[in-house]
Amino acid sequence: MQPFRKHTGLVAPLDRVNVDTDQIIPKQFLKRIERTGFGQFLFNDWRFSPEGKEIGDFVLQQPRYKSATILVAGKNFGCGSSREHAVWALSDYGFRAVIAPTFADIFSNNSLKNGLLTVRLSEDQVAEITRRAKASEGYQLTVDLETRTVQDSQGFSASFTLDEFARHCLLNGLDDIGLTLQHEKEIATYEAQHAVREELRALTTRP
Amino acid sequence: MAPRTLFDKIWDAHVVAAPPGQSALLYIDLHLVHEVTSPQAFDGLRCNGRRVRQPLRTVATVDHNIPTTPRGGPIADPIAARQIEALQKNCREFGVPFFDMDSAEQGIVHVIGPELGLTLPGMTIVCGDSHTSTHGAFGSLAFGIGTSEVEHVLATQCLPQNKAKAMQILVNGKLPAGVTAKDLALGIIGRIGTDGATGYVIEYAGDAVHGLSMEGRMTLCNMSIEAGARAGLIAPDETTFAYVRGRRFAPQGKNWDSAVALWKTLSSDSGAAFDRLIEIDPASLAPYVTWGTNPGMVVPVNARVPDLSSFAADADRRAAEQALAYMDLKPGTPIEQIGVDRVFIGSCTNSRIEDLRAAARVAKGRHVNAKVRAMVVPGSQAIKMVAEREGLHRIFLDAGFEWRESGCSMCLGMNPDILQPGERCASTSNRNFEGRQGRGGRTHLVSPEMAAAAAIEGHFTDVRKWNLS
Repeated sequence: MQPFRKHTGLVAPLDRVNVDTDQIIPKQFLKRIERTGFGQFLFNDWRFSPEGKEIGDFVLQQPRYKSATILVAGKNFGCGSSREHAVWALSDYGFRAVIAPTFADIFSNNSLKNGLLTVRLSEDQVAEITRRAKASEGYQLTVDLETRTVQDSQGFSASFTLDEFARHCLLNGLDDIGLTLQHEKEIATYEAQHAVREELRALTTRP
Repeated sequence: MAPRTLFDKIWDAHVVAAPPGQSALLYIDLHLVHEVTSPQAFDGLRCNGRRVRQPLRTVATVDHNIPTTPRGGPIADPIAARQIEALQKNCREFGVPFFDMDSAEQGIVHVIGPELGLTLPGMTIVCGDSHTSTHGAFGSLAFGIGTSEVEHVLATQCLPQNKAKAMQILVNGKLPAGVTAKDLALGIIGRIGTDGATGYVIEYAGDAVHGLSMEGRMTLCNMSIEAGARAGLIAPDETTFAYVRGRRFAPQGKNWDSAVALWKTLSSDSGAAFDRLIEIDPASLAPYVTWGTNPGMVVPVNARVPDLSSFAADADRRAAEQALAYMDLKPGTPIEQIGVDRVFIGSCTNSRIEDLRAAARVAKGRHVNAKVRAMVVPGSQAIKMVAEREGLHRIFLDAGFEWRESGCSMCLGMNPDILQPGERCASTSNRNFEGRQGRGGRTHLVSPEMAAAAAIEGHFTDVRKWNLS
């Protein structure tokens, strides 16, 4: 996983609540079997008309936000489907962090496993960032995971919390499967006490 | 020991390690796998030279993108076909038990798990699908995960997890006639919102909950994720045991007796502490219809599309305004005056035999409105077979419904079953998000009875006023 320590980038304000993963990556793009190449489909139905024309009103289609790497949005961001494709699309498009008052559980789990930082700030702080991102063109924020702070150059500063273990993994880009496998003994002990259903073997097709 | 909740009990029984400063490591008893969220996970295993640690605690099927037209022919969509082939190949390579498209056991993953007795009380169950919460109906801790976590479970049979908070939703009393488990779910989400249970595991309790059939309980737990919950749970009882008994992969003989003895301990102790308690008066519930673009935007069928002035917070009012624009609805419109073009009866929420029986009771001897295209998609091949044995397919076909093969179908429109732009659909599924059932499509969530009635009338109608035999 790509580590996340500190990132400074352009902020795009997506001023909506309950942005669901069906909007982030519509289902017609979920049939790929790779992890890559989803960025072009990010927010497809909001970015493009059915004929494929750009919808200029949408925040990411406005020239001033085109190279944004930090997305700021309303509460309950990432609700709905568990599709990790939503995170792959945001990352592939170029986003490194999403700032919102709250995130759906599965979405934030998926994000943290892919080096996309989800930053929870208060409703007021999110509203203030949104206001500043709209008011001044080229508005940038610095998100620092080591100090757990979000800052701009105009005096805005906020701190955020994140689960310590998730933070540790993100800072170091750790493969958490490797960490889990260090508990081989404990896992094997549980397995020795809980039998598998041998009847399922008949349903396997391994040659 | 201090009194524990049902959630505490399942959690405690599955923590294999709790390293200081890290998340607890939770053992996963059953991992369900489908074609859409697994290919990248299997690839990850290959890249790292890892195997599936416990193939016999893993079961796969195809459901999301398969067509619901008669089986046997090739799949027209080459990208969907490639995804299905990838799962076939991965199951073969890694030795994972697999129900392929032509199998008599194929069906929506959350339908076949319980149906085959794979889902049992007290288990931990995960799947790369948010509606895994369905299995909580059996008193198992079941939740949806992303593809990285699918890979994690394939490789280790464990997941690092932080324990969620516990919420109890207590529903004492009796559901009024015409009010189903779906309406209970929609009523709850309407009250607490689509993020009302974020960070919580919900335990549904009270006699109205325990009065539900297993099918009803699955519908209720299925929708937990639509309130943002990590999982939904119902303590197992005699109804649960009666459903599980004799199913193909359920314990048999002496093993059955010891399993039931253990399952009987799976309820919250009296005095167990919940972080949040919500009480619902079932008498206050009605058949519901969603009017907006998330499941919390919902009103009783005899109400009207809400006025924007009824939303206190700015953000909610703007969201409602955007939703009404997308749905092409005006505030104040009576719900019963909203016409439908399409009707979908199916999905992991409402495609089980009891759902089909309920819809058939409404459809029997009546006819689908001439301007409506209506579709019934059984949740599994087994349900389809039972329904056909009972003659339900005849009732639907005679009434002008299409009778399809099993799959997720129009719930998410990954297969050819989609809405056309501007079409309005009464749907028994779980999400009315923008474009969910097809770009520009407008989804209204309802119970199977309400969906069937809308198909016949051509608009929403209060099924409580119907004379059903």
